[in-house]
Amino acid sequence: MMSNPDNLKYTTSHEWIKTEADGSISIGITQHAQELLGDMVFVESPKVGRKLKAKEECAVVESVKAAADIYAPVSGEVTAVNSELDDKPESINSDPYAAWMFKMKPDNPSDVAALMDAKAYKALVDSEAH
Amino acid sequence: MTLKQTPLNAAHRAMGAKMVDFGGWDMPVNYGSQLDEHHQVRNDSGMFDVSHMRVVDIKGSGIRNFLRLLLANNVDKLQQPGKALYSCMLLDNGGVIDDLIVYFMSEEWFRIVVNAGTADKDIAWMKKQAAKHAPQLAISDHPELAMIAVQGPNARAKVWEALPGSKVLTENLAPFNAVEMGTMFIARTGYTGEDGFEVMIPAKAAPLFWATLAEKGVKPIGLGARDTLRLEAGMNLYGQDMDETISPLESGLAWTVDLKSERDFIGKAALLANPPKRKLVGLVLLDRGVLRSHQQVHTAHGAGEITSGSFSPTLDKSIALARVPKDVQVGDTVQVAIRDKMLAAKVVKYPFARNGKGLI
Repeated sequence: MMSNPDNLKYTTSHEWIKTEADGSISIGITQHAQELLGDMVFVESPKVGRKLKAKEECAVVESVKAAADIYAPVSGEVTAVNSELDDKPESINSDPYAAWMFKMKPDNPSDVAALMDAKAYKALVDSEAH
Repeated sequence: MTLKQTPLNAAHRAMGAKMVDFGGWDMPVNYGSQLDEHHQVRNDSGMFDVSHMRVVDIKGSGIRNFLRLLLANNVDKLQQPGKALYSCMLLDNGGVIDDLIVYFMSEEWFRIVVNAGTADKDIAWMKKQAAKHAPQLAISDHPELAMIAVQGPNARAKVWEALPGSKVLTENLAPFNAVEMGTMFIARTGYTGEDGFEVMIPAKAAPLFWATLAEKGVKPIGLGARDTLRLEAGMNLYGQDMDETISPLESGLAWTVDLKSERDFIGKAALLANPPKRKLVGLVLLDRGVLRSHQQVHTAHGAGEITSGSFSPTLDKSIALARVPKDVQVGDTVQVAIRDKMLAAKVVKYPFARNGKGLI
């Protein structure tokens, strides 16, 4: 199984968060999440400019099997969406840690720092498997 | 509760299947990509473990008369030994107990294959009716028989390679016919809209047959792709598209209900007394998204509901079966409530795809 990159942060709802050089964050779903959902066929992204609260439902991914909500990992504003996923939702399956869904400017960068690291996320996934 | 296992459970795990609880059975939902598995069946050949389905044999004299009463379709359509018929079995109120396939082998032996989730209640119902109307009949179910469906344009040729002697017996077998081969029973039936066989085989022999098919290049297909294949083929799923509370006439199954002949059958009076107000139609989503069961459908003639919805790998669009007011017509545009949005869908005639090709 692909390991979860050490340079990312994670949520209990299986999003990964990458802090970019400009202080914005990119958000996608984890290897574990894409494996559970299976073949992706549709991504609905939030609108650029939308203000989100932490844990707010803001996007949807749909696989052949099921739909899953994506939650804002922290409070902040949506600054970009990855429109390439409209035509290639399957890239979430093939390379989940490259297939970012949207970017946010966090209200408080410290909120990002407080999210789970790779080790804590791995422990969460392992505990769900039992 | 311990999940029930088919004789192929270990084989599925060895092939990397993701296993799920499917109505109390530990079954493979996919082995890798569900989309790849779907295309594999449309374009080449794939095999499904459907051993959870139950084989029921009825033996004795006067079976035909009993089945005339028990089944909504007319078993008098079965005149040549080996011929199969799809039918609903109804309650007195016209609701669907199950949908099934009945094979006419001889006047003293009919074989019925029923769904896994309904098998026990089906058999109880058959025995109850037989006690009343045909107590001389012996009704036995055969959980010791495994069933493997091999489907796709190359499926029959692969079975011929894997089962020496089967080609001579089945080369001229017409669709919806079956033949015995030793302890096996080979039917040219399926649930995918592709050519192929469903093979009933003693549990002990099933793993070797499965492994031999795999050696010949037949890929294992999980329940995930089974569902998208049957939906594209416009085939109903019991418990989703119809159940004991719904008339077959509102489930797209009027073609399987014989209301023309004089014959009486269980549920007939109720069907005649309650003409359908709704019907099952196909939907193709025009906007981006995925149709799912239980989404509400808004039409010019009133509300309806999606009974089965998914993504169609063949059409690369989302499709659904929906129960809507009967005045809705093919070509109409309807609105489907998906989360907080209303998305446009077109009413179409189904099936959506069969024999490797999209039909929409």
